[in-house]
This record gives sequence, structure tokens and C-alpha cells, in this order.
Amino acid sequence: MNLVTVSGPPSVGKTSVILKTISSLKNRGLKVGVVKFDCLFTDDDVLYEKAGVMVQKGLSGGLCPDHYFVSNIEEVTQWGLENKFDILISESAGLCNRCSPYIKGIKAVCVIDNLSGIGTPKKIGPMLKSADIVIITKGDIVSQAEREVFASRVHSVNPAATILHVNGLTGQGSFELSTLLFDKNENITTLKGKTLRFSMPAALCSYCLGETRIGESYQMGNVRKIDLGKKEI
Amino acid sequence: MAVLTELDLRHEKINTILTRYPFAETFLTNNGIDVANSRDNSMDDYFKSLDAEHIEDHAIDPEHLLNQFDQFINQMLSFLGEDSKVVESITILPGHDKSGKTENFTEFIIRKNEIVSIVGPTGSGKSRLLGDIEWAAQKDTPTGRSILINEKIPDKKWRYSSSEKLVAQLSQNMNFVMDMSVFEFLELHAESRMVTDSKTIIKRIIEEANNLAGEMFDPDTPITALSGGQSRALMIADTAILSKSPIILIDEIENAGIDRKRALKLLLSEEKIVLIATHDPVLALMGNRRIVIKNGGIIKVIETTEEEKEILTEIEKLDRKVNVMREKLRNGEKLTS
Ligand SMILES: Nc1ncnc2c1ncn2[C@@H]1O[C@H](COP(=O)(O)OP(=O)(O)OP(=O)(O)O)[C@@H](O)[C@H]1O
Ligand SMILES: Nc1nc2c(ncn2[C@@H]2O[C@H](COP(=O)(O)OP(=O)(O)O)[C@@H](O)[C@H]2O)c(=O)[nH]1
Ligand SMILES: [Mg+2]
Ligand SMILES: [Mg+2]
Ligand SMILES: [Zn+2]
Ligand SMILES: [Zn+2]
Repeated sequence: MNLVTVSGPPSVGKTSVILKTISSLKNRGLKVGVVKFDCLFTDDDVLYEKAGVMVQKGLSGGLCPDHYFVSNIEEVTQWGLENKFDILISESAGLCNRCSPYIKGIKAVCVIDNLSGIGTPKKIGPMLKSADIVIITKGDIVSQAEREVFASRVHSVNPAATILHVNGLTGQGSFELSTLLFDKNENITTLKGKTLRFSMPAALCSYCLGETRIGESYQMGNVRKIDLGKKEI
Repeated sequence: MAVLTELDLRHEKINTILTRYPFAETFLTNNGIDVANSRDNSMDDYFKSLDAEHIEDHAIDPEHLLNQFDQFINQMLSFLGEDSKVVESITILPGHDKSGKTENFTEFIIRKNEIVSIVGPTGSGKSRLLGDIEWAAQKDTPTGRSILINEKIPDKKWRYSSSEKLVAQLSQNMNFVMDMSVFEFLELHAESRMVTDSKTIIKRIIEEANNLAGEMFDPDTPITALSGGQSRALMIADTAILSKSPIILIDEIENAGIDRKRALKLLLSEEKIVLIATHDPVLALMGNRRIVIKNGGIIKVIETTEEEKEILTEIEKLDRKVNVMREKLRNGEKLTS
């Protein structure tokens, strides 16, 4: 089985692109499954089911979905193997721009859209900078010049990646993407012993653990205070 | 780390690196590396000067970064060093239609300075043909077609390079999403294309865009304030002059107050190959030839006849008439016969 991790900010077109790509993979006779990781809510599982794709979803609740991802990906991989998928795709919403679910030796795809502004590639951390493939969506809404400028910004933060333009609505470019995802010589049986490409930050404060009350006495663990630049009067 | 660059990026003074490779600054800035105060130090010194918290917050991995830096510099050097080899022609070799029947032609060659239109019903495979060309298909797409460039099997770079794409596409959309002036916008595009003489080029683009639109705008206008026709004109002029891609795809330029004939002429004057997928008779007939697609396959190629060219002149007259009426209605006037 092949495993591919797809990650990207909310609403960039991850599900749309994955669905279009799956239809090309299916045309090649490959069996595809999907696992969706999100925080509080997702409808994506319904979309995958409608398209006849076997899907699992995991909601992390108050935790960062990427942290939740690492804690569960081995189990999900075993589920994929039991179901004899040729390729298992994980979709996760990158929410904090700092964490990233990419694993060394597992294909990593980052999806971002042309609408997010040319400053965005600079702001997204390892999720973009350490991806193997970067998919840029929503090219239909911007001009050729905007597409070229955006792609060159992406290239400057991740020169090693293959950058592809895919339209999540029409599927333009999704066939091409599908050819990069499946490698028949790759055969994953477990993720045990593999490591993340980047460590995740220790974002463990009392609020991570369910605290709701406001005020310094309730704040424990890794707390950092804003610098408001107060000067002595 | 595979060191390809001549300089030792880890130990060399940052100043020396930036002097040798001025474009390297973009890489550092976009990766959030502020070396303003460390120019006399090396990258190694810079990384050592960061505290653990900064490294954690910004997810800095020195080894990964140096590796990427090295790749970036090498890609830029090869990009700049290449005297952009002109694409003289593309050749389509037959594949099969949706029912597996082999396409009935031996080869179809399109040369630069040529316009070819593509017609066929919805779902017939027009976009797939354009996709085959863009991906430089080698019997590895659903149609089984192959594409040659300059009559040879194309370099893989056309698929994977972000700076050298075979195809530029004029979007359906008529508005810009970025918020800046026309000049700043073109400057940004020129910078991403590593153009050295950007002032002259920008001036030319604005002139050509004004010719196409008819309504003048100046360099300080915010791009989001341009009219539909002006935006379209700017997009076309910019793509013709600043985009490096030798092939331009047009998916239906609407009649947005621009001179379409002139727009195509401008594209051709920049030695482009122009492919238009359209249902509009004016655009379809502007091609020297048109490809007819049915059930996923190319069924024939028709040369535009003299008679059709005459008919085109007629349709264009009608078109102008309709445009005048549209303008009148827009301005609250009444139509008279
Ligand atoms: N020769 C072929 N063999 C198999 N599938 C094909 C072939 N040609 C096209 N297709 C598939 O048929 C579908 C429709 O094709 P396409 O999107 O290119 O149509 P179109 O002519 O662009 O339609 P529209 O006018 O609606 O834009 C696509 O999924 C495409 O991959
Ligand atoms: N115009 C345009 N819209 C797109 C494109 N890709 C996705 N969308 C739309 O963007 C929205 C979010 O897409 P979705 O796939 O759910 O994003 P996700 O949250 O990243 O999975 C949907 O309304 C899609 O139809 C694209 O390439 N162009
Ligand atoms: Mg989704
Ligand atoms: Mg189409
Ligand atoms: Zn996180
Ligand atoms: Zn917390």
C-alpha cells in the first residue's frame, strides 16, 4: 500500500483536488481509501462516501489536528492494509501554520490557493516548506501574472518541491497529479519506527487541557505573554 | 548535504554569498531569515546566534534550509544561464478516442505565430487535448497521445519546472485579486520572471494594454479599479510580453470591450503559439485552422476557407453593432433602428 499525506489551510480545495485525483487513480484500477483529520467538524466524509470512496474521519476536538494525526496514523494505516487499499490518502486541515503531519519517507502534498495572497507562502511553516509536492488551486480566479508570481513565491520557500497547478472545480491538472502519487514499488506495512519531518511545538498550556477561565492564576504550563511595549512613565 | 553551489554556503560570509548571487536575498527573506545584522557572518554563525525559542517558533531546521538554499541557487543559475530556446513547433501524434478507436491522422504540427482553434461539443475532450499539450503527453494520459516539441521528445523540465511552463493560460476571470497599482503589479511580475530591464517592459505593456482597451488608464491606477475591458487588456498584454511560456491557451475571451483581433495580433507578434478552445464563431474563425473533437478524439482538421474569412468579416460587423447597442443600453440610452 502507498500512503500519501495531504495537508493545507482550510478551504483551499484539498477535498476537491483529492476527489478529482481519485477518479484518475480509479481509472487505473487502483483501490483508494481516505482518512480525514479535522478539529471540531467536517462534512468531507460525506463527500467521499458519495463518490464511493471508503473513508474514516477523526476529530481532534480541542487538540491541534496535526498532533492528533501523529497519535493515530499508525492505526489508520493498519485499517488501510486490512481493506487492501492500493493507496491511502490522509487529508488534514493545517490550522496553526506551525505543525505539519509529514513523515520521513511518506509522500507529502501541500495544497494552497492563489487567493491567499502573495505573503502567504512566507507565513506557512513546515507544512509548505518540507512538502514534496505543492498543489496550487483556484488559478481560474486569478490572472496568469498572479499565478506566476504566486508560484515563484512558493518556489522560493520550497525549491525542492514539484509545483503543480490543479483546478479543484474542473479537475484540470488532477490527472497529472495522480501520476505522481502512486508508486507500485512502494509497500508500506507499518509506520512504527518512522519519524516526523519536523517536531511539533510544545503547545501545552492549561487551555489546551480544557481550562476556560480567564486570568493569570489559571494559566499553567507553556504560557507566553504578549509584549505591549509598555514604557516606564 | 549535496553541495552543488561553488560557495560554501555554511561557512562563507553572507555578504559574499549575496554579492555573488543577488537573487539569494529573495530566498532568505521569504524564509523569514533576517540577516541585516549578520552580513559579515556566515549562515552557520547566524544559526548559532538564534535562541532555542526562535528556532522552535519559526520551525527552523538549519540542515534542511541550507539544502534548500543550495538547490534554489542552482536552479536560479541554470534558469538565468539558459538562452531561452525558442519553441518553433509542437507536434500532436495520434492517440485514441473514448471508445479506444485510433485517431485518424498521422501527425499535426502547429508552428509559432499560428492560431489554432479547437471546437467540439461539451465533454468532447477539448480541455483534455489542451491538457495533453501542457503536460507534454508521452502516451501517458487517457488519450494515449504524444506531443513533440521542435519535432523531438520534450525535456521533462516542461512538466516539473515552476519557472518554465510550456503553457500560459488566459483566465476566464476578468478581475484581479491582488491589491496594488498597475505599475507595482507589473513590477512584481517582472521581478518573479527575473527581468532586468523592467521599466521599459512595463511601459510597453501599459501602452499595448491601452491600445487594446481603448479606454486609457495610467500606471498608478489600482488594478482592482480597472474596468472589465481594461483588466482583460492588461492581462493579455502582460501575458504576451512578460510571460515566458511559448504557448498561450485561451478559453473563450469574452467580448469585454477589447479588440479581439488586435489582442491575437499582439500575442502573435511575440512569437507565440495560440490555441483557442471556443464556441464563439468569431474566435473559431480567427484560427488559420481548427481542430474538431468528438467523443475524445480529433476527427478532423479544417483550414479556414476564403469564404469563411469573408463571413467572419460579416460577423465582426454584426458584433460591433451589438456592442454599440450594449453600450447604449448601459448608458441609459434608447435604441433606434
Ligand atoms: N480520448 C479520451 N479517452 C478517454 N477519456 C477522455 C478522452 N478524451 C477526453 N476524455 C475525458 O473526457 C472528459 C471530458 O473531457 P473534457 O473536459 O476535455 O471536455 P471539453 O470538451 O473540454 O468539455 P467542455 O466543453 O464542457 O469544457 C474528461 O474527464 C477527459 O479526461
Ligand atoms: N474557483 C475554484 N474553486 C475551487 C477550486 N478548488 C476548490 N474550490 C472551491 O473551494 C471550496 C473549498 O473546497 P474544499 O475542497 O472543500 O477545500 P478543503 O477545505 O481544503 O478540503 C469549495 O467551494 C470548492 O468548490 C478551484 O480550483 N477553483
Ligand atoms: Mg476538505
Ligand atoms: Mg473544457
Ligand atoms: Zn499545531
Ligand atoms: Zn494551549
